[in-house]
Amino acid sequence: MPGRLSSIVTAVVFATMVVPAHAATIQITMENLEISPAEASAKVGDTVEWINKDVFAHTATAKSGEFDVNLPAKKSGTTVVKKAGIVEYYCRFHPNMKATLKVIP
Amino acid sequence: MFVRWSAAIAAVALLSGPALAQGTKPTDPQIAHIAYTAGVIDVNAAKQAVKKARSKDVKAFAEDMLRDHEAVNKQALALVKKLNVTPEDNDTSKALSKQASDKLAELDKLNGAAFDKAYVANEVAYHETVNGALETQLIPSASNAELKSLLQTGLKIFQGHQQHAVHVAAELK
Repeated sequence: MPGRLSSIVTAVVFATMVVPAHAATIQITMENLEISPAEASAKVGDTVEWINKDVFAHTATAKSGEFDVNLPAKKSGTTVVKKAGIVEYYCRFHPNMKATLKVIP
Repeated sequence: MFVRWSAAIAAVALLSGPALAQGTKPTDPQIAHIAYTAGVIDVNAAKQAVKKARSKDVKAFAEDMLRDHEAVNKQALALVKKLNVTPEDNDTSKALSKQASDKLAELDKLNGAAFDKAYVANEVAYHETVNGALETQLIPSASNAELKSLLQTGLKIFQGHQQHAVHVAAELK
């Protein structure tokens, strides 16, 4: 019991300390119908920015429905990741464009 | 199935017909014209489908075609302007346009599920044909590097369209 409590305390302290202090922006590029890197990782609270270098409109759409970011041609878009886990996302217009975002607590 | 294949074969015959069958390589101005014409054809087909399609998936597919083909053609226009090339009309472009306007008229007579099915079947066949022509004729014949690269990007995106069309067609059955 004390062990469990302390781990909860540690987790809470960890979460409150780490999240605001280290929020970063992770950049992911969409170019020539490819997402790069195809596997990226971010921490909860980080901003993910997708940069669309194509002349085609793309989206970054999570299969889970967690985010659906519209990326007009030559524009970028962002989302702040709020939940830990592995998020698989794709482009709704070009479903061959698939990638994974690993969100760590 | 029969209709789909016969349409594909007819289209291939057209594409490999007059201008390209003589063993002469199409020139860059001709290639630009063929590629642009092929794009306009699919944009027009998509506009018709956005209006007529009953299925939500078919309508969404048509909107994807409209968005992508207009984007590619906008790039193509910018490129020919930059290169100071005047796209040159040719027999392949003419044959494609003629076939496309016949197809538009044919599809115009259909409604509801019959329209959806015929439109998507034609999209599968059409992308198959155009992708085949890009791969085997237009890309290898293009001499300007930027034109070649635009055609390659086009091929990549159109291959995605073809897969998407096959998927939508399967869902309709």
